[in-house]
Amino acid sequence: MSNANWEVVIGLEVHCQLMTKTKIFSGAATAYGAEPNTQADTVTLGFPGVLPVLNHDALQMAVKFGLAVDAQVAERSVFARKHYFYPDLPKGYQISQYELPIVANGHLDIELADGSTKRIGITRAHMEEDAGKSVHDAYAGQSGIDLNRAGTPLLEIVSEPDIRSSAEAVSYLKKLHQLVVYLGICDGNMQEGSFRCDCNVSVRPRGQKEFGTRTETKNVNSFRYVEKAIEYEIERQIEVIESGGKIVQETRLFNPDTGETRSMRSKENANDYRYFPDPDLLPVVVTAADVARVRSTMPELPEAKRNRFVEQYGLPKYDATVLTGEAALADYYEAVVSTSGGDPKTCANWVITDLLGALNKLGKEIGDSPVTAPMLAGLVARIADKTISGKIAKDVFEAMLAGEGDADTIIKAKGLVQITDESAIIKAIEDVMAKNPGQLAEYRAGKDKLFGFFVGQAMKATQGKANPDALNRLLKEKLAP
Amino acid sequence: MHTLSIKQLGEALRARKFSSRELTQHYLKRIETLDPQLNSYITVTADQALAAADAADARLARGEGGPLTGIPLGQKDIFCTTGVRTSCASRMLDRFISPYDATIVKKLQAEAGMPMLGKLNMDEFAMGSSNETSWYGPVKNPWDVTRVPGGSSGGSVAAVAAGLAPVATATDTGGSIRQPAALTNLTGIKPTYGRVSRYGMIAFASSLDQAGVVARSAEDAAQVLQAMSGFDPLDSTSMDRPVDDLVAPLGRSIQGLRVGLPREYFADGLDAGVRACIDGAIGELKKLGATFTELSLPNSPLSVPTYYVVAPAEASSNLARFDGVRYGHRSAQAKNLEELYEKSRGEGFGPEVQRRIMIGTYVLSHGYYDAYYLQAQKVRRLIYDDFRRAFEQVDVILGPTATDVAFKLGAKTDDPVSMYLNDIYTIAANLAGIPAMSLPCGFKDGLPVGMQLMGNFFDEAKLLNVAHQYQQVTGWHTQSPKGFE
Amino acid sequence: MSLSPEQIRQVAKLARLELNPSLTEAYAGQISNILELVGQLSAARTEGVGPMAHPLEMTQRLRADEVTQPDQREAFQAIAPAVQDGLYLVPKVIE
Repeated sequence: MSNANWEVVIGLEVHCQLMTKTKIFSGAATAYGAEPNTQADTVTLGFPGVLPVLNHDALQMAVKFGLAVDAQVAERSVFARKHYFYPDLPKGYQISQYELPIVANGHLDIELADGSTKRIGITRAHMEEDAGKSVHDAYAGQSGIDLNRAGTPLLEIVSEPDIRSSAEAVSYLKKLHQLVVYLGICDGNMQEGSFRCDCNVSVRPRGQKEFGTRTETKNVNSFRYVEKAIEYEIERQIEVIESGGKIVQETRLFNPDTGETRSMRSKENANDYRYFPDPDLLPVVVTAADVARVRSTMPELPEAKRNRFVEQYGLPKYDATVLTGEAALADYYEAVVSTSGGDPKTCANWVITDLLGALNKLGKEIGDSPVTAPMLAGLVARIADKTISGKIAKDVFEAMLAGEGDADTIIKAKGLVQITDESAIIKAIEDVMAKNPGQLAEYRAGKDKLFGFFVGQAMKATQGKANPDALNRLLKEKLAP
Repeated sequence: MHTLSIKQLGEALRARKFSSRELTQHYLKRIETLDPQLNSYITVTADQALAAADAADARLARGEGGPLTGIPLGQKDIFCTTGVRTSCASRMLDRFISPYDATIVKKLQAEAGMPMLGKLNMDEFAMGSSNETSWYGPVKNPWDVTRVPGGSSGGSVAAVAAGLAPVATATDTGGSIRQPAALTNLTGIKPTYGRVSRYGMIAFASSLDQAGVVARSAEDAAQVLQAMSGFDPLDSTSMDRPVDDLVAPLGRSIQGLRVGLPREYFADGLDAGVRACIDGAIGELKKLGATFTELSLPNSPLSVPTYYVVAPAEASSNLARFDGVRYGHRSAQAKNLEELYEKSRGEGFGPEVQRRIMIGTYVLSHGYYDAYYLQAQKVRRLIYDDFRRAFEQVDVILGPTATDVAFKLGAKTDDPVSMYLNDIYTIAANLAGIPAMSLPCGFKDGLPVGMQLMGNFFDEAKLLNVAHQYQQVTGWHTQSPKGFE
Repeated sequence: MSLSPEQIRQVAKLARLELNPSLTEAYAGQISNILELVGQLSAARTEGVGPMAHPLEMTQRLRADEVTQPDQREAFQAIAPAVQDGLYLVPKVIE
């Protein structure tokens, strides 16, 4: 078996829960984790006689997404009913968009491992309602149905089959995830199912034009699982074909415990969904003025922000990319730069190395960092005005992390103010020279390497508080033969 | 009391000639004694009715309330009513106690102060033209209890015609208000689509369904329709537009009114006796100053085929929610999930509902959508365009409501197509969404004949005015069936 | 257009209706008659005619994103055929 003979074709369908307070067609809450069926109102439950009315914010969020991926936002889009019977689908149909989706023909540029970019087409994105959940193992021979999630607004984002490897798929997904979180339309929580992915995978002999038969692996809920599920499917499909078999077009389910996919029995018979326009809902019209209004509320997008960070702050591309990975982190960084008066690169180093390193250890998000942006800015300011040295600053940072207060409080409490009084520094230098006559003689005899030894000793003598520039200068003078 | 008009009842209540409790008791007594012959009520809500009557009396005693306060009504059992079985005449919902009120229930009962006497029989899920598909048995026509009252609002018309309710709500998807009104000598109006909220009215075909009223005169109908109408934020298809005054313009002259007579409505298939009654009415309206023009609605012969694609398609979808999981009938025989669905739905729905679900499922299914559903939607536009053109020339369109008078129970039950052709004159108004009404215009062999008036969008006031003026100079609508006087 | 009893059974399966076997033949005949009636539509000239999904020339109204529906689980589940621990119970779902 040789993968080199096969080309992989992948298209992804991402279901992204929109961050509205209420359902797409009713005023029931959408909070995660509520008691079963306590957020299922008459519309969610599909009671006889009830009717849907579209949530304003869900539509705005869909339009926002369309603008962010440079897509066409449909002036007129239509909700349709997609029919199938399943206990987590209360009405026997899902309200979705079929022929006329709200967003069409967009794209997202991803970066490949070799540093080049690749454009992935976004065929369409449409609004629809989420289904409920089945609880399988609690009751003998029965399943329990919780419809709290039913009716939560979803944006289903469908890519073109432009993706050629699991790595590209993950890169696309991460980019998309970053984007929807940036836009504030999705919380991006994959564990809670706010951002779910179905993977359409097929293989074909290299050089063949026609696509191979594809399978769809449902609801893969982490980047790592997406990679594994796709890898498994690729191997499986190649093996089936090379051993003379045929790929069956089917829906499959990924098992995270085994890393395998398996056919879904419930979807065995390809459904006839009988789509038709929902007669309870009228065409959704989004005018040019509506689009302009949404455009005016668009946040700066990751790429634009990264480019600006490079230009405005003179940061290396790497730093800019890290800092703009999350909108909250970028905001944090900008707050530190603008209020500390420090050098942007120094600020970037503090945020990337010290802050992110610490947060990573603590397992915390930027939003719950114990060191806030004003606190870090206060620290950088004290370095800039030479109150403390960069070295001492590391200790102050640790103290801030430990909750000992802001930089000024800690510096004062611990007496960490830098020594700039030259007579005090000279006194320390002279002490060190007196205590180390051997090293002094060697140095004066030409062993220049010992300069560092004297710096270390003198710093130690001042508990690290000596101004490094002054110490260096004075030490050179004193040590000279 | 049961022969008084809505206006007279309102005046008597406000003058304290009798109380709402007395009036309500009077109707409850009549229901008890007379309804066994008719089967017009599925559920009689005597206790709630009397409690509501007492509340109305209290309002009236405080000098509050409106023109309808204290006047009881019957609700078609398609409208959800809190705490009361709302069955839609189906075994599927035989034990469905609604946890919420339809908007029109709120408007008529809570706001206008009308006590509800009970829930009225109908064809199952409003699918039928004879009220023979009800799980609770057929309704009989009070004019001849061996005959059908029409459908689907058969219980509504039988109750009002027999004096078992002063007025009743009804719904009309393809003629379900007008055809039964015609067959029982009542005045029934289906307003413009979007005029009355559909919220809480169990859906049959969403793009066609519209609630209205059946009453003993245009004036009675106008008052109740006025209270039912209006914008409802809970219904996306509700029209956000002020409601015209339907009552004040009733007195206007119809001198110069331009009436269109569509050729297609007077073609073969129309009974000669019915035709004679319509001709008589045309004569009366001429005397009132109306002018008549013949016109053509060339696509109207396609109304029935269009309807029998659109309505079943929407119905098959709307009825998918009845699966025995959250409410409604659940088969005791189901051994697995598939059986839960198939047996619950197989047992819960009667044959006519099953037939329509299958037709709808078929016409929407893969490979047939374009030929049936899409084509029907296109023809629907042609039918709509016919009316648009017609209303450039005329104010109202007049024709028969039904091809003939009430037929015998059981006469058409085995032949759905001949049953469907009952609605040949009424369906087009639903497809176009325009308002239409039926009013009494004579008798053939002792059985009532109705004529239909159709108007342009939101012209309910005009239709009711024409009907009222006609009823000022004719007495057909004042006749009551023997044994129910 | 006429449907065989076998086709009727397929449609009934899609609609999740268990048919009384003794009625299937009758349904096939009746539904074929109805399809024959609606078959008249194919003769209509509809080139260039836009489909009409709705009688209203209106567009979708939007609802403010505000919670208006409180929890009424108890009332809603009082009429449910089978519930336990707040969940609706059905025969086991097989994925």
